Amino acid sequence: MSLVELDGVHKRFGNLEVLSDVNLSVEEGEIVAIIGRSGSGKSTMLRCINGLEPVQQGRITVDGTEVTTAKADLNDLRQRVGMVFQSYNLFPHLSVERNVTLALKVVRKTPLAEARDIARETIAKVGLADKLNAYPDELSGGQQQRVAIARSLAMGPKVMLFDEITSALDPELVGEVLRVLEALAADGMTMLLVTHEMKFAKTVGNRVVFMHHGRVHEAGDARETLEQPRTPELTSFLNAVLH
Amino acid sequence: MIREFGFDDVLFLLLAARWTILLTLAAMAIGGAVALVVAILRIVPFRPANWLAIGYINLVQGTPILGQLFIFFFGFSVFGWNVGAWTAAVTTFSIYASAYLAEIWRGGLQSVPKTQWESSAALGLNYLQRLRYVIIPQAVRINIPPTVGFLVQLVKNTSLASVIGFVELSRAGQMLNNATFAPMAVYLTVAAIYFVICFSLSRASQRLEGRIHVAR
Amino acid sequence: MNYSFRFSSLLAYRDEIIEGLLLTLQLSAATILIGLVIGVVIAALRTGGPGPLRSIATVYVETIRNTPLLVQLFIIFFGLPSLGLRFTANEAALIGLSINLGAYSAEIIRAGIESVRKSQIEAGHALGLNGYQVFRHVVLFQALKAIYPALTSQFILLMLMTSIVSTIGANELFHQASFIDSRTFRSFEVYTAITLIYLGLTLLFRGVFAAIYWCVFVRRPAR
Repeated sequence: MSLVELDGVHKRFGNLEVLSDVNLSVEEGEIVAIIGRSGSGKSTMLRCINGLEPVQQGRITVDGTEVTTAKADLNDLRQRVGMVFQSYNLFPHLSVERNVTLALKVVRKTPLAEARDIARETIAKVGLADKLNAYPDELSGGQQQRVAIARSLAMGPKVMLFDEITSALDPELVGEVLRVLEALAADGMTMLLVTHEMKFAKTVGNRVVFMHHGRVHEAGDARETLEQPRTPELTSFLNAVLH
Repeated sequence: MIREFGFDDVLFLLLAARWTILLTLAAMAIGGAVALVVAILRIVPFRPANWLAIGYINLVQGTPILGQLFIFFFGFSVFGWNVGAWTAAVTTFSIYASAYLAEIWRGGLQSVPKTQWESSAALGLNYLQRLRYVIIPQAVRINIPPTVGFLVQLVKNTSLASVIGFVELSRAGQMLNNATFAPMAVYLTVAAIYFVICFSLSRASQRLEGRIHVAR
Repeated sequence: MNYSFRFSSLLAYRDEIIEGLLLTLQLSAATILIGLVIGVVIAALRTGGPGPLRSIATVYVETIRNTPLLVQLFIIFFGLPSLGLRFTANEAALIGLSINLGAYSAEIIRAGIESVRKSQIEAGHALGLNGYQVFRHVVLFQALKAIYPALTSQFILLMLMTSIVSTIGANELFHQASFIDSRTFRSFEVYTAITLIYLGLTLLFRGVFAAIYWCVFVRRPAR
């Protein structure tokens, strides 16, 4: 069984169908870039995978656990699914280290000393070992986003979801965040990224999924799909993004 | 003579409520005029004027209304003027209103973007002209909802004028209670009358607030 | 003007003033504690409670906020005995003030909870925190920080409003003023002095609240 599976997923906001009959499976270690115009349902799909949005129809399973039943233990699931947001969403009242240790202590009941070791290790991995005691408002956007990645990473997730994590950043700060993702990819982390960075999708991604009107319109090997799109919609989207 | 609490008594209370409203309006008119001056003193680029306004506001907001009422009630006679409860009450509540309104209005004045000051200065308007023709007209709209909201506080607080013997709604209630010994009926009626006045004002304030947010 | 001020005649009543001052402080502290508990419960009911309880909470808040404290006190102290509920003046004062503060703090707390951004709550959930844990570790602190100025202003207003319970005979500071007045006939001096004591209390409260704010919200504990 695949690590992440979406099977005939439909999602509506009122009368508006944002996801219709979405099917997708992601294997362990795979890196999937999700692209598409705004409003095409790509962020919603990501949010459904860790249960932030309920779906009306279809099944989503992650690591053998079904997300889409009423009795799903979402809090348990979310420990295995990391998520990083466009707007970082660090907790402004906690230092970098405590942002990272919070869920370890509260959810996983990790002893404090051990939680701090894990925090230091993951914060060092994103290159911010010298910012352990800083507060979010003292960091640049790129640094905040790297802390947000460390915060998810510390829980030891099996898969990580990235929702346009470079879109809110100034152009000169995008690189440092993408480098962290490349390092994660090299470690073999399974990742789903909603992104507008086509070059990154092509070089780091194994697979590309193009969302259009709430459907998976085209999908395939990253390099092949981006270089030789088969559908006119993807062609026009790529033209719009690249030029 | 003890008698039953009846319809005439409700009428008596309603008539007494006129004085509650009258006291509120008088305090609002006089207090509002003073508040405008204090609010402007609070923001002019002249430190001593700012301190004066801050001191005034803190003095009024830092002391109980009851204390202020008694000070004016007895204070006038210290100077040889024998004034009644009405004058003391109007004085106290005008001062009370002026301090709170000054703070509310200052917020409104300061919420007008700095660029408005700069662009009117660039046109050659002097400080008072900038205030009068550019800043205040824009601040008025923002200030209306909280000002109406403050009226609720003012109406409720005028009940304290009863302690110096001014016969408004609450004092009328006390008198009626002494005559009828029906405290529950009397005070619930009094509360109901206050509620009708204050709730209407609260709602009006919320509605105005909503309209301003929509208009932006 | 041929009035001679005599503030010195008040010195003989030091003990009464201190006694009243202590009761004012006790009454304020007790009311803040009880009023806060009421406020948290009512705010929770108004934001996420079941339908009927939500309506009751709304009626409570609107009724209290749109009627004068003075009349509320009269109903509790003079009205309720006719239904067999009898309180001493001090008890009625504590009940009336707590009910009053509860309604105001409920509105402030509700605004604070609603001011915390939804994305913060989502970030908490995405890390696996459950509803209570998100409230406790993510929402609570940020909400408290946001409402702290409004809440403490309300507490100071409450402290000043305790003077109103003198009208039902609770012997706090302001009641002592009328007692001293009746003995000395120095009305102007008495009320001026007492009013200035309240001003001192206001400054004291502000100082304490500012110090708490600094310790809790400004100082950053990790260094």
